[in-house]
Amino acid sequence: MDMEFSPEDLAFQQEVRDFIAENYPAELRGKQDEGEELSKEDFLAWHKILYKKGWIAPAWPVEYGGTGWTPTQRFIWSEETARADCIRLMPFGLAMVGPVIYTFGTPEQKAHFLPRILSGEDWWCQGYSEPGSGSDLASLRTTAVRDGDDYIVNGQKTWTTLAQHADWGFFLVRTDKDAKQQEGISFLLIDMKSPGITVRPIITLGGEHEVNEVWLEDVRVPVANRVYEENKGWTCAKFLLAHERTGIAGVAASKRGIEKVKAIARTELDGDKPLLANPFFKRKVAELEVDLTALEFTELRSLAGANAGKGPGPESSLLKIKGSEIQQRLTELTLEAVGHYGAPYFRGFGEGDNEHPIGPDYAHRAAPTYFNMRKTTIYGGSNEIQRNIIAKMVLGL
Amino acid sequence: MDFTYTETQDMIRDTLSRFLADTYDFETRQKFINGDTGRDPAIWTALAQELGMLGAAFAEEHGGLGGGALENAIVMEEMGKVIGIEPYLPTVVIAGGALKAVGGAQADAMIPEIIAGNAIIAFAYAEPQGRYDLANLKTSAKKDGAGYVLNGHKSVVYAAPWATHLLVTARTGGGQRDADGVSLFLIDAKLPGIVRRDYPTVDGSRASEIYFENVAIPGDALLGGEGAVLPLIEQIVDEATVATCAEATGVMQKLHEGTLEYTQQRKQFGVPIAKFQVLQHRMVDMFMEVEQARSMTIMATLKLGLPANERMAAVSAAKNKVARGAKFVGQNAIQTHGGIGITQELAIGHYFKRATMIEGQFGTADYHMDRYERLALAD
Repeated sequence: MDMEFSPEDLAFQQEVRDFIAENYPAELRGKQDEGEELSKEDFLAWHKILYKKGWIAPAWPVEYGGTGWTPTQRFIWSEETARADCIRLMPFGLAMVGPVIYTFGTPEQKAHFLPRILSGEDWWCQGYSEPGSGSDLASLRTTAVRDGDDYIVNGQKTWTTLAQHADWGFFLVRTDKDAKQQEGISFLLIDMKSPGITVRPIITLGGEHEVNEVWLEDVRVPVANRVYEENKGWTCAKFLLAHERTGIAGVAASKRGIEKVKAIARTELDGDKPLLANPFFKRKVAELEVDLTALEFTELRSLAGANAGKGPGPESSLLKIKGSEIQQRLTELTLEAVGHYGAPYFRGFGEGDNEHPIGPDYAHRAAPTYFNMRKTTIYGGSNEIQRNIIAKMVLGL
Repeated sequence: MDFTYTETQDMIRDTLSRFLADTYDFETRQKFINGDTGRDPAIWTALAQELGMLGAAFAEEHGGLGGGALENAIVMEEMGKVIGIEPYLPTVVIAGGALKAVGGAQADAMIPEIIAGNAIIAFAYAEPQGRYDLANLKTSAKKDGAGYVLNGHKSVVYAAPWATHLLVTARTGGGQRDADGVSLFLIDAKLPGIVRRDYPTVDGSRASEIYFENVAIPGDALLGGEGAVLPLIEQIVDEATVATCAEATGVMQKLHEGTLEYTQQRKQFGVPIAKFQVLQHRMVDMFMEVEQARSMTIMATLKLGLPANERMAAVSAAKNKVARGAKFVGQNAIQTHGGIGITQELAIGHYFKRATMIEGQFGTADYHMDRYERLALAD
């Protein structure tokens, strides 16, 4: 057991640093610094740079376009991209449906969809939750009825992140109403331009348009776009949830987040001293750092387990719970740190409007981000559901 | 970067765990901790001579297995699982650590005695006025010819009633709280002028108040440079703190497992109380604290070799997290057991007592958070 990087790892770390320094888009950096909402093009800009380099999907098997990196190299990659404050790529294609397709898909599905996920040609969204099916996902009621070589899909999905940009969506639909809930679900890939699909925005507390309602009305989906067997979609769903949970720990990004909070608290004054010298504020930052270290080493232990042949298992629920709590505490501290200037509501730059937002740059997204990040303990299986999973799968209750 | 144990390390854990399963069940432990001397010396001898366990963390040249901090952590975690009261921490981790750091003839003479199980060494460092400040010392060692004369009062010296030797911190110069002037002595525990008041501790061990009354000690009892060993003491106390975190991990794991078992047997409202979601979620929270304690112990163990400030920050981060976790897991284990949890009858309460003492050992959560902030969180 040791924490040393080998000379090869150190060389790799330098290569990654150099690559980011030379290739990360300057205008993206500017927008991030200003706290502007990022567009689809912004995400795709960085995506395409990584695709061109061959570094877009480090977690994928090499045969499907992965990098073949060791777990340590992947760790270095996530550390370095977070350290350099690179935007996080959308997970829906790369981290979610991609692994489902290469694990459960047909050769045709793999050949068609995987290269398009890698290149960024297709933007994916996730059709899971429904108005009546949140934590109880298996109760979903969107139906798919066979009609020759097609399914006819009817129903409503909700909380569909960035569906307004999506070319494709992966959907859980009910294909057998009489079977036990989990046994009547199938996993469909649906072209979002299909007739009968309507996407309606839901505006969240921070004022963002991130999530949507998706209505499906007699949408025709070729049977060839079903992944895995009919009525076995829950298997794909569970697989994907475990994958989603590991990434969700967000250790490297939270490390970067703490540095940002500290920088703000060194700038903001509390009396004649920096806010960070206030013992109460400082203690909260320190406890957050300690808790993040505990999460980091728990994730490293889990990666070592994965390295030894154990895939991401139910213990990844721990990473989700602690990771999301830490992300929220970060936004809480940021909002507290900015003081009065948490209040002004900046609606973003309108057409031809270059007027600078009120207050310091770091302040105007503090409250919206705090509001927005309440989602982290709710999405991806709420933290209460994660506790149920640990109770059942790890503790055997 | 590698987070796996070696085969030898796995073997040490397995061997010790099997031995303790055979010799250290709760009833047996209760019997000897409540006996006259508070221990069964045959266990220490077996650990040394049958298992070679006391040599796990020493170099091969001294007759050890060539290990270090990771091996200490393994032993301490297994000890924690049986709430063991064996003096491994003061003898091997602390005194052994000091001897390894100092080296030379003193190490050559004493380490084989430790490995053989002949030496039990208690660490006399705390004083009534000093709390966790290692430099706050009224105990003095005055030069007297080739040797020293020791005077002072040491508090709550665990394992002192059993000790063959004492590792003592004392002032050879400087003011009461100065960094300079702190010295370290390894002395025979039976020297004239050493007065002990022995007592049991709440967590099943034995300890003493020790009074040094003009104790004449030889010059070669001095470990390291005269008046210059505060950094060494800080280092070995950091090593001991991490080892205690490892012990805590074992204690916490058993508190959690015991609670899981109990809730599956205990029925109320016609069902095992483990069926209640409020208790399930509490036990998940306990599980997460155990796992994080384990992670922090590994983190700090791996960082013991870093430069002093980084090492101290890492150790303090670990001890803070482990102390908070030990309190949470201990209190919730008792609460979940209900009335039976507050009796002496079940093992769970005894694990809780040890967990509670560990919280404060070598500094509370707050003490370590202060130190962490000083070292790692500049304004």
